[in-house]
Formats: sequence, structure tokens, C-alpha cells
Amino acid sequence: MFFKFRNSNSLTENQVTDEAVYKQRRDVLKKLGYLGAGTLLAASTKATAGPFDWFSDEDKAKFATSALNFSKVESNASSDILTPMDKATGYNNFYEFGTDKEDPIQHSQSFRVDPWSLSIEGLVEKPITLGYDDLFSSFDLEERIYRLRCVEAWSMVIPWLGFSLANIIKKAQPLSSAKYVSFQTLYEPKQMPGQRSRFTGGGVDFPYVEGLRLDEAMQSLTMLSVGMYGKTLPPQNGAPIRLVVPWKYGFKSIKSIVKIVLTDKQPPTTWQTLAADEYGFYANVNPKVDHPRWSQARERRITGGGLLAQNRIDTLPFNGYDEVASLYKSMDLSKFY
Amino acid sequence: MLKINKPIRANPAFMKVARLLAHVVIFGWLGIVFYQGFSDQLGGDPVQTLLDFTGIGALNLLVISLIISPLAMSFKFTQLLPFRRPVGLYSALYGLSHFYVFIAFELQFEMQLIFAEIIKRPYITVGFVTLIILIVLAVTSVNRIKKRMGTTWFTLHSLAYVAVVLAGLHYLWLVKSAWYEPAIYLIFSVCLLFLRRDKIKKIFK
Repeated sequence: MFFKFRNSNSLTENQVTDEAVYKQRRDVLKKLGYLGAGTLLAASTKATAGPFDWFSDEDKAKFATSALNFSKVESNASSDILTPMDKATGYNNFYEFGTDKEDPIQHSQSFRVDPWSLSIEGLVEKPITLGYDDLFSSFDLEERIYRLRCVEAWSMVIPWLGFSLANIIKKAQPLSSAKYVSFQTLYEPKQMPGQRSRFTGGGVDFPYVEGLRLDEAMQSLTMLSVGMYGKTLPPQNGAPIRLVVPWKYGFKSIKSIVKIVLTDKQPPTTWQTLAADEYGFYANVNPKVDHPRWSQARERRITGGGLLAQNRIDTLPFNGYDEVASLYKSMDLSKFY
Repeated sequence: MLKINKPIRANPAFMKVARLLAHVVIFGWLGIVFYQGFSDQLGGDPVQTLLDFTGIGALNLLVISLIISPLAMSFKFTQLLPFRRPVGLYSALYGLSHFYVFIAFELQFEMQLIFAEIIKRPYITVGFVTLIILIVLAVTSVNRIKKRMGTTWFTLHSLAYVAVVLAGLHYLWLVKSAWYEPAIYLIFSVCLLFLRRDKIKKIFK
């Protein structure tokens, strides 16, 4: 155990305004009649910035999330300011629901997560299948505040709820021949408009697949998340269960997982299949290895505030999670990017 | 090309109002989106949203400025022609805003990085060349300069055709995987150039 002193300017989660309180504030304003023409111009939290968006219905039925029981874990990201929840849940890459950043929140609110089935199979002694309720009850849930670095050079700080992926893999008892772990997102074009055609889904060959080396999967930082900001995940963030690998670019953290398979060969991954020269299997955050089309040396941290509050900071090797460096000791990381 | 015999003639007052409206919409829209950016109403990543908006806006306006001539010709609607200059100028303004957002908010005035990115990243180089063209065209669109330049002016302003193709290429080059939208722009631009094939041939003679 180690203790860290907090900077006086760093926020912790108990300083985040509760969502319910925040909403009450809007109710009060509404009742007083303050939210009239002003909100028409403000156009809610959407960022499409089209003139016709002003007339779209702001109160469309939102996906219902519920509070979870969890324990807090001291994390080395605690000195970072949390990204506000509305930004983390309103700005997502999830091509299954469209390629624009605001598409996922707009097109996923009626997504059905219950019933759900997640299977752990392949080279294991005891294959496991978890139903929706099992996702939340099989393991103790912890809150971990992780930095999320997108390959597009922006980043967020998000309080995830979940458990180490290692827990579930251990339970399934991997065979000694297992070397890799592959993951698969739900494939259901009826529910996921992006999967219906190449044009709505950004040319991705669905279902989305990802993979890790077994030792990466067993690293205790690697987690399966079932919630964020104290509640179950909303669909745009990968409900009901997703992977979070904080030292890798965000696209490795596959969402809405239905299948985890242990294999002896390196599994194909979606972005590597799409453009192998731009996205590798490892995809470790690395300021020294640029994306062919943009620099990865620095990143824009998404916090609150407008244009002037934008924060540009140095990107750290392994996104600041140095403890994983030993996994790649003898590897040339500019070759295995 | 579609030819209509009877020329269209609109009430001049109506055209005046239409022009005023075009100014209000194009300039006002840019202003509102910048305002939303500063007041944190542009979603998760205001910088990216503003970059996309100004970039696509500049391209749209450039394409519109190139549609005006063929439209005016086929409908014999010459009153459309005076719209070309303001629309072209606004395209340059949107392009400049795009560049400003890029250096001010995306790269936050890290000068070395700005130069490195323009030189190192081909899609940014292409975008930068497009911007230079738009600025040159904007500056030379002043009546006095236009008159002084004589016929060279028309040759110079044919660079708009180069700009629209480069802008489409810049867009195609930067997307991660959704290539069809920029591809549609490129195909459409080539069609617009095809309508002007005779004029373009003349330039190269």
C-alpha cells in the first residue's frame, strides 16, 4: 500500500456534483422560466452544430442506468481531474452506433442489455457463461479512476466500476496452451444501426474484435467494467460490460462484450485488419511512435470548460502506467506498435 | 448541359434580401458555433467539433461558389452571379477559422509543432496549400485589383478548381475509415470541373 498526498487543486469524486442535484437545478430554472430562447440557442450538449439541431427533442427517453455497490481503490490517477460525466458519455467512438462522436449517445438509448450472455471459452478447463445479473454479482466491484487515451490524441479521466479481467480468467482455469485472449462485441444489426451497412459503420467488418496477450490480460490493471460514475454503464460506453486497458489506446478497450476466447494464436483485431500500418496489435500508448498521420507526443485532456479551458499535456509512455513496462522488456515497441 | 430558353429575372429587391440573408446565415452561423465553443456548448471535444465545422463549412462554400456559374448559365439566371464573390470570400474565412482553431486550440501555439505538422503530415500540407490558394483568391477579389490584373485574373481564379480538389483530398486523407463522404465531395468536384472542361482546356493552351 502506498499513500499519496493530493494537490490542493485536484478534485476527487466526492466533489463532483451529484447528477440528481444537477438535474434539479435545471428543473428549478425551467420552472422559473429561465430556459426559454436561451436553451434553443444552447442546443443541449450536442455538438453537431447544425441549425436544425436546435429543434430536436432534448428530452428523448434516456437509457436507464442504476446505482451499483462498490469499494473504492486508491489509484495512481487520483491527481487527475475527472472528465465530467456528460462529456464522457456524450463523446464516444462506438461505430456500431454511427461514426460521429455524438452518434452513439443519440442512437443507442433503446439498446437492450438484459438479457445478456457473456461466455468465456476456448482453451480453458471450465468454460463460463454469465447472464446479465451475474455480471454484477459474480465478483466484488471496485471503482478505479483511469486515464483513457484515444489514438486520436485526446484523453479523459474516468471512474470505472468493475473487476480485474484476471479474476474471471482464473475462474475459467486457462490451459497451459493458452497464449492470447480474444474478445468480441455483440453483433445485432437490428439494435446497432452501424452494423447494418458499411456506410453507417465506417467500413468496419463487424462484429468488432479485439485481443490481448494472456499476460497483458492477467495484469491487474486490466479490468472488465460494468459501470462508471457510480452507476451501470450507458450503452454508448459499452453496456453492460466492456474491457478497460488503461495503458493502451482506447480502441483496445472493446465494448458490449459477448464472448471471450482463450487461444494459442494471436487473434485478429478490428483496427489492425482495417489499417495495419496505422493500428497495431499492441497499441500501447507511446509518445515516441507517431500515428502515420498525426503526432502522439501530446494529447488534449478533455475536462470541463470551453475552448479556452482546453488542456494540452504531454503523453506519457504506457499512458503513465509504468508498471506494465516489464511486459514488453525485450520488444522493439516502434516495431510492435 | 440543361438549357432553358426563357431567362429568369427576379425582382431586384428580392435578390437584395436574398444576398443579405446569405450574409446573415453564413457569418452568423460561424459566429454562433464559435460562441458555443467558448461557452462549452459543443459537446465532449469543442476543438474537434469546431475543426470539423469550419473545415466542412469551407469546403461546402467552395463547392457552392463553383455551382453558381453552371446554375446561372443553364437557367439563364444571371442575377445569381454576384453571389460568387461573397460565397468564395466566406469559404476563405471559414478556411482561415479552420486554420486558426488548429493552431490556437488544437496545437495551442506550439510553433515548432505547427511547422513540423504542416511539413510532415501530407494531409495537413495539402490543407495548407488549399488555404493559401483561398487567401490569394480572396485578396485579389477586390475590384481595383481585379481590373488591374485584366485577363490574368481569370486564369488566377481558376485556382479555385485546384482548391476544391485539394480540399476534398485533404478531407479524404484525414478520415480514419469512413471514406465515402469525402469521396462524394471529390466526385462532385470533378463533375463541376467537367462542366468547365472547355475553359480549363483553354488555360492549358
